Amino acid sequence: MTTLNVNVHYVTRVEGHGNIVVDVKNGEVKECRFEVVEAPRFFEAFVRGRPYHEINHITSRICGICSVGHSTTSTRATEKALGVELSEQAWLLRKLNFHGEILDSHILHTYYLVAPDFFGVPSVIPLVETHREVVERALRLKKLAGDLCAMISGRHTHPCALVVGGFTHTPKERELREMRERLVAARADMDATVDLFAALPWPQFERETEYVSLRKDDEYAFIDGVVVTSDGFQYPIEDYKKVTNEYCVPFSTAKWTKHNRESYMVGALARFNNNYEQLHPRAKEAAAKFGMKPIVTNPFLNTAAQVVEMVHCVEDSIRIIDELLTRGVREEKPAPVTVRAGEGVGSCDVPRGILFHHYVYDERGICVEANCIIPTNQNLANLNADICALVPQIMDRPQEEVRLLLEMLVRAYDPCISCSTHFLTVEFV
Amino acid sequence: MSKEQVAGHKEQVAGRTSQNGKPKVAFFDFASCEGCQLTVVDSLQTHLDLLDAVEIVNFREAATLDGWDFDIAFVEGSITRPKDEERLKRIREQAKILVALGACADTGCVNALKNLQPPEEVRRYVYGEHADWYETYAARPLSAVVKVDAVVPGCPIDREEFVEVVKALLVGKKPPVPDYPVCVECKLKGNVCIFHMGGICMGPVTRAGCGAICPTYGDGCEGCRGIISHPNENAMEEVLDEAGLTVDDIMHYFTMFNAYREVGTGKWE
Repeated sequence: MTTLNVNVHYVTRVEGHGNIVVDVKNGEVKECRFEVVEAPRFFEAFVRGRPYHEINHITSRICGICSVGHSTTSTRATEKALGVELSEQAWLLRKLNFHGEILDSHILHTYYLVAPDFFGVPSVIPLVETHREVVERALRLKKLAGDLCAMISGRHTHPCALVVGGFTHTPKERELREMRERLVAARADMDATVDLFAALPWPQFERETEYVSLRKDDEYAFIDGVVVTSDGFQYPIEDYKKVTNEYCVPFSTAKWTKHNRESYMVGALARFNNNYEQLHPRAKEAAAKFGMKPIVTNPFLNTAAQVVEMVHCVEDSIRIIDELLTRGVREEKPAPVTVRAGEGVGSCDVPRGILFHHYVYDERGICVEANCIIPTNQNLANLNADICALVPQIMDRPQEEVRLLLEMLVRAYDPCISCSTHFLTVEFV
Repeated sequence: MSKEQVAGHKEQVAGRTSQNGKPKVAFFDFASCEGCQLTVVDSLQTHLDLLDAVEIVNFREAATLDGWDFDIAFVEGSITRPKDEERLKRIREQAKILVALGACADTGCVNALKNLQPPEEVRRYVYGEHADWYETYAARPLSAVVKVDAVVPGCPIDREEFVEVVKALLVGKKPPVPDYPVCVECKLKGNVCIFHMGGICMGPVTRAGCGAICPTYGDGCEGCRGIISHPNENAMEEVLDEAGLTVDDIMHYFTMFNAYREVGTGKWE
């Protein structure tokens, strides 16, 4: 009978500290879990007492990979609380900046964190010698995404110019035209990316679950919209707690969530499953190369859904730039803020899934209540359920292979553990 | 799952040590957003040759390597739990040079904002009745626990400054981190002063080296690189007072990124 002990202390190539613990004795699974052991940071507690204009620049620091996502979600919450309306130009720039971040984060995950598993190397570094053109393409695309963000808000990690009411900086039309040319030129790199990842031997594993994302009528949703689930539920953003239902588990410094079932999944695959029809035609072509059409229930293909979204974001960025250039770009200041008491919930579908920021401000514009619900937290129960479902299917294989597959499953979720604590280590005991 | 993949994975787990005479470099992190390590990865976009100069033996965020034989340790993050101290001390014992990477490690950054509030309240607010499940104490920079040999300031670090610090360390020189205010770089860039545009800026007392990026993009400096060694704080407070700020407002600006400097472990000890 199978006996298996896997104890991965600190899963590598993920953002933050998590452990996988699996214990199988005589063919029976005794223990099976994903632990989050990252140090808690207490953002919700310490933003209380801070003025409204600091909040998005503080909460941006929850995550260095998706700081545009946190900053955008945070400003949306504050803008709703204080009744601030964005100009049409500011909206277009917010969306363009967000596409830059989705691209940046997905390139990091697909090329730097996931691809090494398929090449049998510990990191992207040995590939500099063996697959230089792949590494150079990854660096080129990552630079493009970072430069796109920097053009709008100063830098990708912790954007300076993204503030309540819009931006403190306006990109020049010349910069937008140059960025458009680079995005058009990047189509060749995107084609090569799709071909590279579509040819990889993705592990076979199916487990159906509930998929949760934002949705909008007129576009593939990233900022604002309504919350929808693949089980047919729909809620306004303000009712987010009806979906998330957070609870504590003792082996995780990150909270867990559940909705209609024991767990649900958020992220690129959830968005793909819920909003496939709104993807750009080129992104749908990319999905066809992976053989993907909703509903896709193999969580390893979350990475493939990210590649599909990268294609979408490149194409939609070109469209947004065209719209900006057609309208003509004006030097704009952020919309004025009249300080008042108020409450607001912001939601964006950031690279790893749906994110909520919720604040209450007093009449001086000081934050008095705060709540942030992070995508990785929402995925933890689902990831745990996937690990528990996958182990019995693979436990007769060599221990090293089991370990690698479980680590690959964790990585497929692109967990962001710093965010989640607001996250985790794989320990096979 | 191919044989090569599994074999490659075994090699990862075993870690490896360099036999090529290059300095061995390791990256570690504590409470942080990991944005500074991400900036290190991004510095390869323009400085891929850095990989020819060093051997990376441990970098959990970006590589499956677990080497504990290293010369230079870059450490991101603040210390926020007693058990973090043990791990940091182990890193210190092993490293010939220990570098604080970014504001969390250098100054405590926004992590230290919790030091301004009573600990029980902070824990209960986030974890409710399960507050006792999770270990935490006042956030502090690395230097509160071990000797730090060099710093790369900022939230996040500046890519070019990081490369300059690495170059200096490799030739045995002290890294060139400025001790003059952001105003100097702002003037050199020809920016209009944020105060003249009706904004508020911590540039007059904040360590330069970022190229005054926030004022350049129209937003006032928030002090993320820490306060210079000899700031004219009285003059700064006067300027802020003239700008119509209350004492509370001024404290907000001085504590946003520099709460540990202002209150240390504050209400926690």
